[in-house]
Amino acid sequence: MKSLAELAAIREKMKDKVVLREGSGDIRVVVGMATCGIAAGARPVLNAFVEKVNEAGLTDKVTVSQTGCIGVCQFEPVVEVFEAGKEKVTYVKMTAEKAAEVVEKHLKGGEVISEYTITNAIS
Amino acid sequence: MKELSLNILDVAKNSVKACATQIHINLEETENRLVLTITDNGCGMSREQVANVTDPFFTTRTTRNVGMGIPLLKLAAEQTGGSFEITSSDSPDDHGTQLSAWFYTDHIDFTPLGDIISTLTALIGGSPDIDWFFTHSAPGGTVELSTPELREVLGDVPLDNYEVLKWIEEYLREGYNSIHNQ
Repeated sequence: MKSLAELAAIREKMKDKVVLREGSGDIRVVVGMATCGIAAGARPVLNAFVEKVNEAGLTDKVTVSQTGCIGVCQFEPVVEVFEAGKEKVTYVKMTAEKAAEVVEKHLKGGEVISEYTITNAIS
Repeated sequence: MKELSLNILDVAKNSVKACATQIHINLEETENRLVLTITDNGCGMSREQVANVTDPFFTTRTTRNVGMGIPLLKLAAEQTGGSFEITSSDSPDDHGTQLSAWFYTDHIDFTPLGDIISTLTALIGGSPDIDWFFTHSAPGGTVELSTPELREVLGDVPLDNYEVLKWIEEYLREGYNSIHNQ
């Protein structure tokens, strides 16, 4: 059975880390989670980003957050990646599988997957 | 929406946007009925807004003039022969919104609840500073989660910490397993 004691153990473990996380988040991943995004499948995309970013050990560098309607509902689920000093990248028609790929290639490897971007979708 | 839990995710976000500090999500399941209630202490709505909230062409969003969240939930309830109700107050002393949706779960057009656990982790992870209260009572038992209780144990560790979210996910999964095994 899950117990509150396990949460206390997480707290104990995080004591040093909490400080480390301050001033982090060089990369921001934002998932559109308005009605349009949710209906198109944004929930598994969000959860995949949260999980894969953690698995890749990128939590100090990457923050995953949610936003409302980005305005291009026909391309939902839409995910935007903001990185200081770089142009925003907008990924469209995302799935959990594509999210895992973006974490691996883009967030970890620094290489934008142009195939999934909005620029590719409208050209 | 393919799952009722997606409607819940969508509509609970309205409470977040209304700057609620406490949000209650309750599911009450009996043999062939399901009652969903979402209560928040957010800024509430004016009488005019409440009157228009089930109209798809009335919305607070600025990117376009269509708002489908509440109309879709209302439709999901009504297509099972159930109903939908929303009340709200924007009075400075006592503000907040309560919505209820009644479903007949044995109706062919009932949308299954689906992955409610993912909905809850998305909500809590997205707004870790809000006090979330979740209860699902079913004939086999009750699943409950209250984030203030967790926060008491966690101290400074935020609820959107990955291990905490995983704990919440597994805690809820255990709860649902024990209900279903009854």
